[in-house]
Amino acid sequence: MDNTEVKKLAIIISKNSIEDVYAGLIMANGAVMEGIETIVFFTFFGLDAITKKTMNNLKVDNYKAFLERMPLNGEMPENAQDFVTEQVKNMLDQMDIAPVDEFLEMIQAGGGKIYGCKLAVEMFNLKKEDLYDELDGIISVGEMYEMVGGAQIIYI
Amino acid sequence: MPNLEVNGKTIALTDEGYLENFEDWDKDVAEALAKEEGIELTENHWKVIEVLQNKYKEKREFPTLRRLAKDSGLKTKDLYDLFPKKPLKKAARIAGLPKPSSCG
Repeated sequence: MDNTEVKKLAIIISKNSIEDVYAGLIMANGAVMEGIETIVFFTFFGLDAITKKTMNNLKVDNYKAFLERMPLNGEMPENAQDFVTEQVKNMLDQMDIAPVDEFLEMIQAGGGKIYGCKLAVEMFNLKKEDLYDELDGIISVGEMYEMVGGAQIIYI
Repeated sequence: MPNLEVNGKTIALTDEGYLENFEDWDKDVAEALAKEEGIELTENHWKVIEVLQNKYKEKREFPTLRRLAKDSGLKTKDLYDLFPKKPLKKAARIAGLPKPSSCG
């Protein structure tokens, strides 16, 4: 076996845009599918992706960059961010990429763990019941580092 | 290059253990590949193998794990139970297909 192989991975998601959250989820799911022990730690605005009210209503942040890459029929609509968000969501759906809640379930189905950051949860005054029911826990940064051990860490 | 012996036939594998030629694939070959993975094939395994082969034949690409589960009438969790740790790679290998490079 190649001794440079990644065995354990922690992905920290601190942002709430579709492009940032999906980048993290896709990398996490890809890791789980390779048999890599994977932890996803959501902090700051990333908590939106594990908050029931917002998790499936994330928006595109850099919609201008998307517009440069997507064919646009007709005039630019008035609310470009919402428009692009809809387009991107449709595109993800067509590519068989799951909505956020289902994506989290898939990561967990393969043994991946999903955690919320305790400090950020307190800062945004969120309750346990506001968050994704299947969360593996709300943990401190210290606990996260303990869990991560010698893992590779990706920060988004 | 590694080989696999099945029913007295020598079957060529890639360095990573995937079939060189899909024409070599049959159910006995699948059983032999599964055995190497420590898997005993059940009805659900065969269902997944068939869906994967059909999809690959049709599009020359692999479905996402989510699509594979749906089309096989299973849940993602079931795929991890059937083909532990690396569901898409193991299923593709046993189905006689090339190594998947899908990232979903």
